[in-house]
Amino acid sequence: MRVAELTRRVRAKNAGPFRLTIDCFCATDADWRRLCAALPAQRVAQALAAGPDTVTRYELPSLRVLKFSLPRPGVQGAVGDRDLHGAQWALVIEALVLPADA
Amino acid sequence: MNTITDPTGTPARPADSTRVLVPSGVLGLGFDREALARGVALAPDIIAIDGGSTDSGPCYLGTATSKYSQAVVAGEWQELLEARHAAGVPLVIGSAGTCGTDNQVDALLEITRDWAERRGVAVRVATIRTQQDASTLIAAHRRGALHPLSTTAPVKAGGRDGERDGARDGAQDEALVDTLAACTHIVALAGAEAFIEALREGADVVIAGRATDTALIAALPLMRMGLTGMTGLSADANTDAGAAAGAAWHAAKIAECGALCSTRPASGVILVDIDAGGFSVQPLARGACCTPFTVSAHMLYENADPHLLVEPGGRLDVSGARYEALDERSVRVTGSRWQSDPRYTLKLEGTRALGHQCSSLVLVREPRYVQRIGEWCALLEARIRSDIERHLDVPADAVTLELRRIGVDATLGALEFATGTPVEVGILLIVTAADADTALDVARLANPSLLHLPLPDDDAMPSFAFPWSPAESVRGVLYGFCLDHVVEVAHPTALLRIAAVTIGAPAGEAG
Repeated sequence: MRVAELTRRVRAKNAGPFRLTIDCFCATDADWRRLCAALPAQRVAQALAAGPDTVTRYELPSLRVLKFSLPRPGVQGAVGDRDLHGAQWALVIEALVLPADA
Repeated sequence: MNTITDPTGTPARPADSTRVLVPSGVLGLGFDREALARGVALAPDIIAIDGGSTDSGPCYLGTATSKYSQAVVAGEWQELLEARHAAGVPLVIGSAGTCGTDNQVDALLEITRDWAERRGVAVRVATIRTQQDASTLIAAHRRGALHPLSTTAPVKAGGRDGERDGARDGAQDEALVDTLAACTHIVALAGAEAFIEALREGADVVIAGRATDTALIAALPLMRMGLTGMTGLSADANTDAGAAAGAAWHAAKIAECGALCSTRPASGVILVDIDAGGFSVQPLARGACCTPFTVSAHMLYENADPHLLVEPGGRLDVSGARYEALDERSVRVTGSRWQSDPRYTLKLEGTRALGHQCSSLVLVREPRYVQRIGEWCALLEARIRSDIERHLDVPADAVTLELRRIGVDATLGALEFATGTPVEVGILLIVTAADADTALDVARLANPSLLHLPLPDDDAMPSFAFPWSPAESVRGVLYGFCLDHVVEVAHPTALLRIAAVTIGAPAGEAG
């Protein structure tokens, strides 16, 4: 089961030049609960090669959203930055394979 | 409660509410003309639009330039001046010209002057300049008035947007002095109080340098609700003032990107009605709707903490907000809270030059090279590096080489998870060096290898496709954001320069 199968959209976006925020939108309460159970902050950190304790996670039941915020993998526009707006990192999260019991 | 019912059937609003018309998320992006005209007919108290952001990258602040076409900006700004004239209410813009430097304030002032003179209309314009001298900020830093927002620490839930605890040392202090001195431009983000002061000057038009996206929308409702004095907004979250200010700031956050909080994000025009008990929001383009979901979800957008929005002088807490559909296209929001901070701070943005860049692009279509593109790129990089060492008198670490494989992993780099053989690969060479001559010389030195480098077992010399001549593109100076700090100020407009002038026809001859 991939994150993409439990979400109707994953959106990544800069939150200023130094931070990135990723919103996982679920279509149903059941999908949201399964996603929350299966996707800890450490998994997102690992997927984005970020420090294990740098990702903050928010569960937003009324929106059926699971949100992650972290320092940007590189400062926006600096040498080595590949995506000025940070939007394409969403694809890495969408592709994550969740545990079989998710 | 006295209410006002609009002729078009929009929901009634409290008579003491403040109606803010937001034409779009940013000047230059376009808006629905018919929807704007409808907004003007709905008797707004103010028209407010954002003009910029850091989101397009550091080059604009680095060079004090605007990302949008000047022709488009001038055209849209004149349309808004006409709309303002028709509505007879103030028009405010913040973050003029993307980056909000003083020259961008001047540019909008000149467009305004041209319009006013051509139309024979007297316009009182207030300007809010927010560009900062490094020396002023270095002095503030020496007084301990600059506080870092963490760039590497976790984004702390409920904290001040990752603010670090107070540990400081001398080396860090001096590094920050050097950074400030090296900045090409620095701007402070103005809060609502600056706009209130400008509006109190009797301004028809307010043109501000860098400001928070929300401040220009929150200002008039805060002012009309009597919530700000010279020392800034002072309200505790659990008081009536905290609730009223919460309504103003939350409405501002929802409306700051225009119709992005609706089902038709590109349609631009949004109307918010703000009173002490809450606010309502509606899009004005035909077919667009605001729903409790689209409105509440907008708090997530470009915001690290979905419950908190940190602003100059305090923070908005929407964790207790309630969203209720008024009809199929309008939403009423209540329960948001504002908490003033004990100290008033302005966020800073600064850019410095990081080096000079040149780029080259070569297209590899030949199947056996496409199949072995990783091997070829490794050979290519080694060849360029050895050529630099042989021919150029620069230390190896003075030149940064990037070879991005378009079609393979150029977007995600090491995080790319998809595999497969593409039809073709674009190799984007990016050279970053300390000076422009070196960057160009390295790109030229790489040219024959990009064009002809064979695989070791290939007898024939290949030739790949350069899409243009010259193959090298001079990208100029690379700028980088280098400040993630706030400056503590004695009062909200302490570092800002507010002035008012009447332009166009003399007062009394206004048409």
